[in-house]
Amino acid sequence: MSTTTDSKIRIQLEDFSVTDEIEVMKKVSRNIGGITTFLGTGRELSKGENITQLNFEHYPKMAEKKLEEIRIQAINDYGIIDMSIIHRIGPIEIGENIVLIIAVGEHRKETFKACEWAIAELKRVTPIWKRETTSKGEVWVQDTP
Amino acid sequence: MITVKFFASLKTLAEREEDRIEIENSISMDQLSEIISKTSPKMGDIIRDKKVMISVNQEMADSDTIIHDGDEVAFLPPFSGGS
Repeated sequence: MSTTTDSKIRIQLEDFSVTDEIEVMKKVSRNIGGITTFLGTGRELSKGENITQLNFEHYPKMAEKKLEEIRIQAINDYGIIDMSIIHRIGPIEIGENIVLIIAVGEHRKETFKACEWAIAELKRVTPIWKRETTSKGEVWVQDTP
Repeated sequence: MITVKFFASLKTLAEREEDRIEIENSISMDQLSEIISKTSPKMGDIIRDKKVMISVNQEMADSDTIIHDGDEVAFLPPFSGGS
């Protein structure tokens, strides 16, 4: 299942279409000359263990609030035109989409910087947690590699 | 009444997602940890030892924050969103 809405900040169970989300952001302004995306996906290997499933939990309202703060600061500090951030919660299979950040600007330089800063800031300040399931059981991840 | 929320690993440790606690006056974080210790000693220790982040009404707080009637307090283990 895939959903696309006009909201620039979303935390959702459903998968998303990267192409559709980029198309939404391209419509924000006719001055867009560069788009940078970061797509985080579920990887199989973590610290030498094979992961069979990931599961994400968030603190509703606070997590959305933090993502909106990141979006606004990215626009203000890096001079981009706009940014969207989508993060999935619930069970995620290996290879599936987890998080998408799209930075749109007049030029590529500011969108690269804004996108890199935004994913690092997301991991630092947003109350979202990852649980990994391996052959040894389930463990809540407590670091941000 | 205040609402206390536990997330991720702390939810497992506290063996619950949420507490509703009646308070007559505003209380300190130390006083709250004492109350929580009565039903979950391990959780009380973690709060007292400042091993978790704290938010009050969805804003980051600390051990000096005073908790008022109607507040929502959350105990937050280290974040691990992204990928």
